[in-house]
Amino acid sequence: MDLAILLDPFATISMPLSDWANDSMRWLTSNYRGIFQAIKAPVKWLLDLVEDGLRGAPQTVLLALAAAIVWQVVNRTTAILTLFAFAAIGIIGAWDAAMTSLAVLTTAVSISALVGLPLGILCSRVNWVWAIVRPVLDFMQTIPSFTYLVPVILLFGIGNVPGIIVTAFFATPPLVRLTNLGLREVRADLVEAANAFGASPLKRLWSIELPLARPTIMAGVNQTVMLSLAMSVIASMISVAGLGRLVLVGISQLDLARASVGGLGIVLLAVVFDRVTQGLGFTRRDRGNRGLWEQGPVGWLRTQVSNRQPLTNE
Amino acid sequence: MDDHSPDAHAIECRNLWKIFGQRHLEVLAAARAGRVDKDAILEEFGCVIGVADATFSVAKGEIFCIMGLSGSGKSTILRHVNRLIEPTAGSVLVNGQDVMSLSKGELRALRAHKIGMVFQHMALWPHKTIADNVAFGLEVQRTDRKACRDSAEEALEKVGLDGWGDRYPDELSGGMQQRVGLARALAADPDILLMDEPFSALDPLIRRELQDEFLALSEKAHKTTLFVTHDLDEAMRVGQRIAIMKDGRIDQVGTPETIVLYPETEYVARFVSSISTLKYLSASEIAVAGEVASDAPTIGPDTPLPVLIEQLANGVDHLAVRDGADLIGRIDRPEILAAVGRDLARR
Repeated sequence: MDLAILLDPFATISMPLSDWANDSMRWLTSNYRGIFQAIKAPVKWLLDLVEDGLRGAPQTVLLALAAAIVWQVVNRTTAILTLFAFAAIGIIGAWDAAMTSLAVLTTAVSISALVGLPLGILCSRVNWVWAIVRPVLDFMQTIPSFTYLVPVILLFGIGNVPGIIVTAFFATPPLVRLTNLGLREVRADLVEAANAFGASPLKRLWSIELPLARPTIMAGVNQTVMLSLAMSVIASMISVAGLGRLVLVGISQLDLARASVGGLGIVLLAVVFDRVTQGLGFTRRDRGNRGLWEQGPVGWLRTQVSNRQPLTNE
Repeated sequence: MDDHSPDAHAIECRNLWKIFGQRHLEVLAAARAGRVDKDAILEEFGCVIGVADATFSVAKGEIFCIMGLSGSGKSTILRHVNRLIEPTAGSVLVNGQDVMSLSKGELRALRAHKIGMVFQHMALWPHKTIADNVAFGLEVQRTDRKACRDSAEEALEKVGLDGWGDRYPDELSGGMQQRVGLARALAADPDILLMDEPFSALDPLIRRELQDEFLALSEKAHKTTLFVTHDLDEAMRVGQRIAIMKDGRIDQVGTPETIVLYPETEYVARFVSSISTLKYLSASEIAVAGEVASDAPTIGPDTPLPVLIEQLANGVDHLAVRDGADLIGRIDRPEILAAVGRDLARR
C-alpha cells in the first residue's frame, strides 16, 4: 500500500483544481455578475457608435474618408494602398463583415490603449507596480488564447461585446510591456537634463520621455493591433460577427470559398492597420520638419488658403 | 580669499558628505571617526564614498574649478548644487539659501530661473530642434511662445549659432552641439552656471576654441560658474580658483598660482609637477636679500618673470624689488637662472 503511493503517487494524491476553478467561477458569477454586466455597457456604447457609423455610411464616402485620414496621418502612398485594399474587400464581397470587424477591432484597440498606455507609464515610474504587473503579463501572454474564452462566456456571455473584451484582454500585454520598456530605456542624461532645467515630472514625461520612447511605444501599439486581428477568428467562436466568422464557418463546413474571403479580408485589414500604426509613430523629424497638420489634405488646404492671401490683400 | 561677507557667496558647501549605498549612515559615522580606506569600506558596508567632508564657497561672479580624476567625486559635488543629488550630511547654500530646505516647487523654480547646467555629453534632446532645445528652460517657466523664441534666438546668437534654430542636434558637429548646450544654459539668464566637464568630449583644438569663447562670454556675462574638469590645463586656463579633489576629499583650494607654487599635499604636488612654474613666478618669489644700488630700477613684488628678464636683458645691472617703500630684495641674472633651475628640477 505504502509502496504503491511512492511509486504511483498521483493515483492517490490529487489536488481538485478543476473543482476550485468551478467553485470560484460560480462564486464570481453569483456575487459579481452585476459588475461584469456593468463593464459591458460602455464597451457596447462605443461599439454601437463605431459600428453604426461604419455600416450606415455609403461605401464611397467611407473609402474616401479612409484614404483621406490615412493620407493625413501617414502619406499619400499608404493612402492609395488603403484605397485599393478597401476596394478589394468590397469587390470580394466581404464589405459588411469587414466593417463589423473594423468596428470590433477599433473598439478593442481603443480599450487596450486606454488601459495599456497609462498602466505602462505607471509601471515605468513605480518599481513595485512593475514587480506585480510583470508576472501577470507573463501569465496572460503564455496561456493559450482559447483558454480566455471560457471565463469570458461565463462572466460576460456571448456576442460582439464579450468578443471585444476578450480581444482587448489578449492584446493589451505587449503595449504595457513596450510602454514600460520604452520609458525605462530613455537615456538617463536626457532625463537628468530635463530635471536640471526645472521641468515638473509631468512636463518631463510629456515633452521628453514620451517622445523619446515613442518608437518603442508605437511598436507596442502595432503589436496590439496585430494581436487583435489574430484574435478575430478565435473570438468568432463566442459568436463575434465579422470576417473571423466567415473563416470559422468555412472551417466547420469545409467551405473553402468563405474561408478564403474571410482570410483575405483579414490580411488586407492587417496590411492597412500595420502601415497606419507605423505612420502614427512618425515624428515631426520623419515628416521633414512638418507638423501633422502641415501635410496631407489639411496641409494642402492650408497652403491654398495662404497662397490666396496676397490676392485678397490687393 | 575666503573671508568675503557671507552674502557675497553665490554657492557655499559646508561639510558636505555623500555616501552611496544602503548603509550610508553607518559609513558616515565610521568615516567621521577617521576610517578612510575606501576598499575596506566597500568590502564591509557595500558603500562608496562619493564626497567626503567638502567645504568651499564660490563668490558671486567667480569661476571656480573643481579638478580631479574620474571617480574623485567632482561631478557629484556639482549635482548637489541644484540638488540633482541629495547629500548624506552637510549643507549646500545657493545665494545664502539652503537647497535642502526648498519645497519641490521652489526647487524647480531655482533650477529654471537661477541655475543653468551644461553636460559632458551635451544631453541635447534629439527629438527637439535646436531652438526648442534652447527654449526648454523658458518653456518650463511658462514664458509665452514668442518670448521663448526670441530668448532662444538671442542665446544662440551669443554662441555664434544664429540661424541654426530649425536644425536638429545630430545635424551639428560636437563643438556646435556643445555651443547649443551652453546656449541652453544661458537662455534663461541664470545667475549660476554648472558645467560638468563641458569640453572633455571634444577635440583638443575645438576644446581650446570653446574655452576661449566661454571665457569671453563669461567676461561679459559675469556669471558665477562652477566648472568641473579632469584636465589640469583647462582648470588653470578657466578657473580663478581651483579645488583639487582626491577620493571624494578636497585636497587644496587656491588660485592657479598658489596651487602650482605652493602645493599643500603630495598628491597636489605630483599633479601640478607637469606644469611650469615660470608662468606664475613673480618678483617677490625670485628676489633674494641683499644690498641694492641707489640707481637700480625699482619694480613691484607682483612683476611677472618675463618683465624681469626683459629689463635685465636691457643691460640693467640689477633690480630692486619694493613693496611701496619697503625693500623686499634684489634680482640679478643668477636669481633668474636659479628660478629656472628650480622649475626644471621639480619635473
